[in-house]
Amino acid sequence: MAATDTKEPTRRDFLYIATGSFAAVGAAATLWPFIDQMNPDASVRALAAIEVDLAPLEEGQSITVNWRGNPVFVRYRTGAEIEEAKAVPIDELRDPFARNPALPEDAPANDVNRVIEGKEQYLIQIGVCTHLGCVPIGESGDFDGWFCPCHGSHYDTAGRIRKGPAPENLPIPPYEYITDSKVRIG
Amino acid sequence: MSGHSTFQPKNAAVKWLDQRLPIISLMTEHAMDFPTPKNLNYWWTFGGILMLCLVLQIITGIVLVMHYTPHTDLAFRSVEQIMRDVNYGWLLRYMHANGASFFFIAVYIHIFRGLYYGSYKAPREVLWILGVIILLVMMATAFMGYVLPWGQMSFWGAKVITNLFSAVPFVGDSIVTWLWGGFSVDNPTLQRFFSLHYLLPFVLAGIVVLHVWALHVPGNNNPTGVDVKSGADTVPFHPYYTIKDGFAIMVFLAVYALFVFYLPNYLGHPINYEVADPLKTPSHIVPEWYFLPFYAILRSIPDKLLGVVAMFGSILVLVIVPWLDTSKVRSASYRPIYRQFFWLLAIDCVVLGIVGAKPPEGMWLIIGRIATAYYFVHFLVILPLVGLMERPRPLPSSISESVLGKKKHDAQAQAAE
Amino acid sequence: MNKIRTLIAIAGLSAMAALSGTPAQAAGEVHEAEDIDFSFEGPFGLFDRAQLQRGFQVYKEVCSVCHSMNLVHYRNLGDPGGPEFPEAQVKAIAGTVQVEDGPDDQGEMFMRPGEPADAFVAPFPNDAAARVANGGALPPDLSLITKSREGWTGTFRHLVDGIGGPEYVHAVLTGYEEPPADLEEGPPGKFYNPYFSAGPWISMPPPLNDGAVEYADGTEATVDQMSRDVSAFLAWAAEPKMEQRKQLGFKVIIYLLILSILLYLTKKKLWSRIEH
Repeated sequence: MAATDTKEPTRRDFLYIATGSFAAVGAAATLWPFIDQMNPDASVRALAAIEVDLAPLEEGQSITVNWRGNPVFVRYRTGAEIEEAKAVPIDELRDPFARNPALPEDAPANDVNRVIEGKEQYLIQIGVCTHLGCVPIGESGDFDGWFCPCHGSHYDTAGRIRKGPAPENLPIPPYEYITDSKVRIG
Repeated sequence: MSGHSTFQPKNAAVKWLDQRLPIISLMTEHAMDFPTPKNLNYWWTFGGILMLCLVLQIITGIVLVMHYTPHTDLAFRSVEQIMRDVNYGWLLRYMHANGASFFFIAVYIHIFRGLYYGSYKAPREVLWILGVIILLVMMATAFMGYVLPWGQMSFWGAKVITNLFSAVPFVGDSIVTWLWGGFSVDNPTLQRFFSLHYLLPFVLAGIVVLHVWALHVPGNNNPTGVDVKSGADTVPFHPYYTIKDGFAIMVFLAVYALFVFYLPNYLGHPINYEVADPLKTPSHIVPEWYFLPFYAILRSIPDKLLGVVAMFGSILVLVIVPWLDTSKVRSASYRPIYRQFFWLLAIDCVVLGIVGAKPPEGMWLIIGRIATAYYFVHFLVILPLVGLMERPRPLPSSISESVLGKKKHDAQAQAAE
Repeated sequence: MNKIRTLIAIAGLSAMAALSGTPAQAAGEVHEAEDIDFSFEGPFGLFDRAQLQRGFQVYKEVCSVCHSMNLVHYRNLGDPGGPEFPEAQVKAIAGTVQVEDGPDDQGEMFMRPGEPADAFVAPFPNDAAARVANGGALPPDLSLITKSREGWTGTFRHLVDGIGGPEYVHAVLTGYEEPPADLEEGPPGKFYNPYFSAGPWISMPPPLNDGAVEYADGTEATVDQMSRDVSAFLAWAAEPKMEQRKQLGFKVIIYLLILSILLYLTKKKLWSRIEH
């Protein structure tokens, strides 16, 4: 093993290095399909958006729709509920952020930031308690909003956490109005 | 066997681990330093290729199961959803299906290598028998795997082959009902085949460990069939054979890729793209190509039970090959008569394969019967007789001598020019 | 040695004869399909988008009356590698059908316009209903028809020309003819088609005649043209990932060839210091 070591080391080493790196690149590329196959497939991605018709809703009425496997609360709030939500000072809230993907992360949890401008009577939020994932019950709790029976979290009329162990406001899903009375969620 | 290793752990952490669980020194002894005959030709790369095939099938199989549903109402559709909706699902499915075929291409070459070079002879009999067991487990796994997509051929192949067990006297029908979990091939059958198809590859991996262990006791055979006499006859497995096997594996993968990407359905049956229909029998029921020789043997015997016996017998006869072959010489390189019979056997197996795909009538039936008879004659008559009657060519005294001798011969020939 | 060579030659020749297969053209046996040079054949072949769109039109306006395609979804019509209809058109196509959904809050099933996520609507609710509507015959689902039918036999031919699935469909659609004079009268209500694999009597009446469809791109809609187009469309429906498969295959094989060469050179270099 002695003599050949010093003869042309660079050329021999280059071949070994080239082969090794080329093989490594291929191995990494081969790995990708095996990882990607666990990502959501085309049929799941196709159901990633749903449309909800708000026209049948009456004032004071809520419906729950299924979006990406989770419940989404759609509520036509009464004027009183909207006033109540607007009257709450931000510094009284445990979670001061709007949790609305249409706005910057630090947007404050004002009532206007929890809905879409001009449509503040419709509150649309993901109905999964931010504590440990139970589905809160509507029109209950100490703040006239939602109450989670699992560990006693109370949300107000804008879906913001007021009392109990949940750390954050109910998240707003990404949505937009595609007509005056229809929204697309997702 | 132990003591070949020159393992000197340089790393303190490695030394610490090795003192508690000698896994590192096991790897270096058996996969790196292991003295391997230096004259192995490319027919010896198929063992490594087979290990790759097993790993490939297991990995693609596990990810496919993440999307497959083993129920008769949903299985076919779930496979199509893999093909259409799952990211790279089409690739994983085609890799797994063609991987099975290439697994068998490699294993048949590996077996024929053993038959040619006498790798089954003492002291490697147990190694050889473990190999036959591996072949049987591979066949069971492949058979059950093919049922899972629940196409027409999946169903009817399962029905025909499971029905064979009714040939067993007295308890035959009970066995078949027990296998089926019902009164015909149906959902219980599919579900249990799914369970066993997932299980057997891991059983296979265990038997492969025993197979390599049994190999590493005497060490590898080599093309001369002459035992290793000294260190001059061998080289360490790494890097000489890791790189050589690596090259062979790449060529194998290139051919495999050709099928996966450009001929993905060539080795299969179009009719398996039709959902299984228990009320509609296909006009020609054929197994996958790697089962065709055995199918031909089965159908060449007019009696149901004897046909089954002959089919299993054709594999079990391999078990006793180490004792059927009476030759004192291992390698066919030095056995001029045996070598010719070896090639006749290879041709016979190809003929059996062709016959297996044809309807069992007329000319094909006659050819099939002759080929079946010849297959058994080769093992039970020719192998013992040739060993006794043949005059082998003189063996080299060692591997080094055979290598050196070849170089001397080449040098002399060049000098003469 | 010569004996062996002769034996090998005989074996080889019989293997060739066996593999090539014999076309069956006698009356009463299935005729082989005519080979067509589809754009998607061969290792570099791709689908013709316009042809796929025309083929879809034929399926929708003619075939879908009796034949389902349960494995295809409307969203597939917009996927890369297929007809590639624009998103708005995919929505519009889906919207033309009514799909059963539910149950609603009253526990009732209801109908709604189709969406891209829906599977192609089937003409009949189940196989039994399909048979009743078609005189006892079941119009097969067409999602995989070009992968489950052979246009010709022969192991070697399959290697070179493929199994001829799309050609089979074309042959059946264009193959209706008058039965030969010497053939026995067929079953009532069936039609003579020597290209039908379970033939020569097929339950499906000739589905196409010239001008049956008015192509959006203005191509003349002869029976032959419509048959080619719908066969190509069905070939895509059976193998929607074909183009991605061939494109990835090219890269993979080039990569493996380069790596094989590198490994071979490495092996040679390593082994140069060993007498072997």
